[in-house]
Amino acid sequence: MNFEKVVFGFFIVLAATLNFGFFIGDIDRPELHHVYELFAAIIVNLIATVLKFGDRTQIGAIHLATSLVADLQLIAAASVWAVAVHVSGEGMTPAITASVVSLSGGALLANIVSLAILVAETVMMRR
Amino acid sequence: MHPGSAFFIVLRRMRAPLILLIAIYAVSILGLTLIPGVDAEGRPAPPMSFLHAFYFVSYTATTIGFGEIPQAFSEAQRMWVTAIIYATVIVWTYAILTILALFSDRAFQQALSASRFKRRVQHLAEPFYIVCGCGESGGRVLAALDRMDARAVAIDLDENRLAELELEDFRSETPAFAGDAAQTQNLLAAGLQHRFCRGILALTNDDPANLAIAAHVRLLRPQLPVILRVEHDAIAQRMIAFGASQTINPFAMFARLLALAVHAPALYRLHDWLTGTPGTLLVATRDPPRGRWIVCGYGRFGHALVTELLREGMEITLIDQHPLQAPGFTAIVGSGVEPEVLAAAGVAHADGLVAATDDDLTNLSIAVSAREQNPDLFIVMRQNQQSRAELFTALKPEMIMAPAEIIAHAALARLTTPLLPDFLRAAEERGDDWAWALQSRLRIELGSAVPLCWQLSIDANVATALIALITEGREVSLAPLLRDPSDREQRLSCVALALRRDEVDTLLPDASTPLAVGDQILFVGTAKARAEQELIARNRNVLHYLMTGREEAGWLWRLLTRQGA
Repeated sequence: MNFEKVVFGFFIVLAATLNFGFFIGDIDRPELHHVYELFAAIIVNLIATVLKFGDRTQIGAIHLATSLVADLQLIAAASVWAVAVHVSGEGMTPAITASVVSLSGGALLANIVSLAILVAETVMMRR
Repeated sequence: MHPGSAFFIVLRRMRAPLILLIAIYAVSILGLTLIPGVDAEGRPAPPMSFLHAFYFVSYTATTIGFGEIPQAFSEAQRMWVTAIIYATVIVWTYAILTILALFSDRAFQQALSASRFKRRVQHLAEPFYIVCGCGESGGRVLAALDRMDARAVAIDLDENRLAELELEDFRSETPAFAGDAAQTQNLLAAGLQHRFCRGILALTNDDPANLAIAAHVRLLRPQLPVILRVEHDAIAQRMIAFGASQTINPFAMFARLLALAVHAPALYRLHDWLTGTPGTLLVATRDPPRGRWIVCGYGRFGHALVTELLREGMEITLIDQHPLQAPGFTAIVGSGVEPEVLAAAGVAHADGLVAATDDDLTNLSIAVSAREQNPDLFIVMRQNQQSRAELFTALKPEMIMAPAEIIAHAALARLTTPLLPDFLRAAEERGDDWAWALQSRLRIELGSAVPLCWQLSIDANVATALIALITEGREVSLAPLLRDPSDREQRLSCVALALRRDEVDTLLPDASTPLAVGDQILFVGTAKARAEQELIARNRNVLHYLMTGREEAGWLWRLLTRQGA
């Protein structure tokens, strides 16, 4: 068992599950989407991205690409949240909540692709 | 090291510090969003929101530190922030130190220089040569290429040699890379498949590496001219199997020249004169005598020499560290440094001696003690290192064999005047009397300093005026190329040695020979004559004047006279 692989797999799966946890629930109800879960998803996604640095294989490149997409989507969601709550003073209206959650939904898709690659890679190893 | 991997090395090494940085940020921000604050009146207030927490940690971590905003902190917040300050400063320092350590890291430096080299080669937009091995011979070739305004790319195993090259004052920049030239990726990075690559010179002192280069060229770029240094016959055979015709074996070349000097002194002088350094005066030395020769050192050079000298019918005594059993010569065990060994070899009655070991000091002491015992001895010395040149010339031996010089000379001659080696080979077939007559004629016409050899090809790049007249159907002979552009009655001080047309060489072509597109002509003469000749080949008016004795009219005048006629 390779400990590096354990850490790698752990962070990728955790990134996807946290993302999913934030995403699940009616899209326009702010009380179903907790901001701490979004925060955790962003942090874990960032760590997963860094873990994918420096792998020169084709699969490594796709891994990194999906992670970067997820980061981008989640940071966009956080920015929308920050602007709505602090800058415009609108607060978490159903419309804002829906846009934050749908952005995180995009990130979830990228994370699912990441998971699929991870599974495919593991199946290909045959060891 | 794969060129272009520098970026990946940075990413890989930065993993740990970056993850730590993210983790510390996350914990700090999280803490701030959980710890209650106080408002302006000192009443408990809700904790910071994520935006404020992120903002605060960002400016604290980078040690900018604006103070407690948006409002004064509660005691609990202050405790937490104290921890944050230490943690973030430490983790930032760690990340920065990792980056700094990376830049002084040797592997990283190599990766960086590899990718820089690859980029510089890719951006070359003019013809260039790849020189593999920048030792004494490679260094000379690079310097000479630079003087001729030809670009080059250098590969050598030894970084120090490349650093020395950088110190040399080259006119054009020469991309250089420290790596094994026998590796495919290094050759590709050096531009083996670059469209402007004009040839490869494999001059490393490692025969198998040169062989590997020959194999690469044969398989990856079959048409590319390749010049190979080789010191073992077996490897030379394998190079020829790879289709390489241009091998340079300094030992065999010198041995053949020595044999030439014995049986055809005039041919040897001609050879020496045409391949020498232009502008120098050749010292008249006596010809190597026939008779009894002593050869000290039976390595690759000694082997080549003995073969040639035996063919010339010499009587040979060998001195070598190892006992030898071979027919045709007597062998004595010793290094040659000991006077009694030399005496036992009969140095007092010998005619010639070759100090052929691969150690310069041994060769010097052999020569000194042989000279003492027999002042009339014809001494040939092998000089392995260029830095000892003064010692060797001070001893005034009859001939010095410096492999680096021979290789550099031969490599350059094959690049710039490929007709010359063929001419010299053809001259050997004509015999000594022919060479004697030619050399007397050349000395009368060109003077006694070593002249310059150059090659003129009748193609669209160089000889535009000649091409234009030939395609118009005019007959252009060799004669105008040999006349002075300022006065056509005067001859330029140059002589046409050979003309190659359709793979057939004509030696000493007549001035009335008509020229055709694609001809290659080998000239010998002064540098001034060469410059004048370039002008003639390019400038239509000058060419017309030399052919007819009249200045050619401008196009308007030509048009008018044609209409009038």
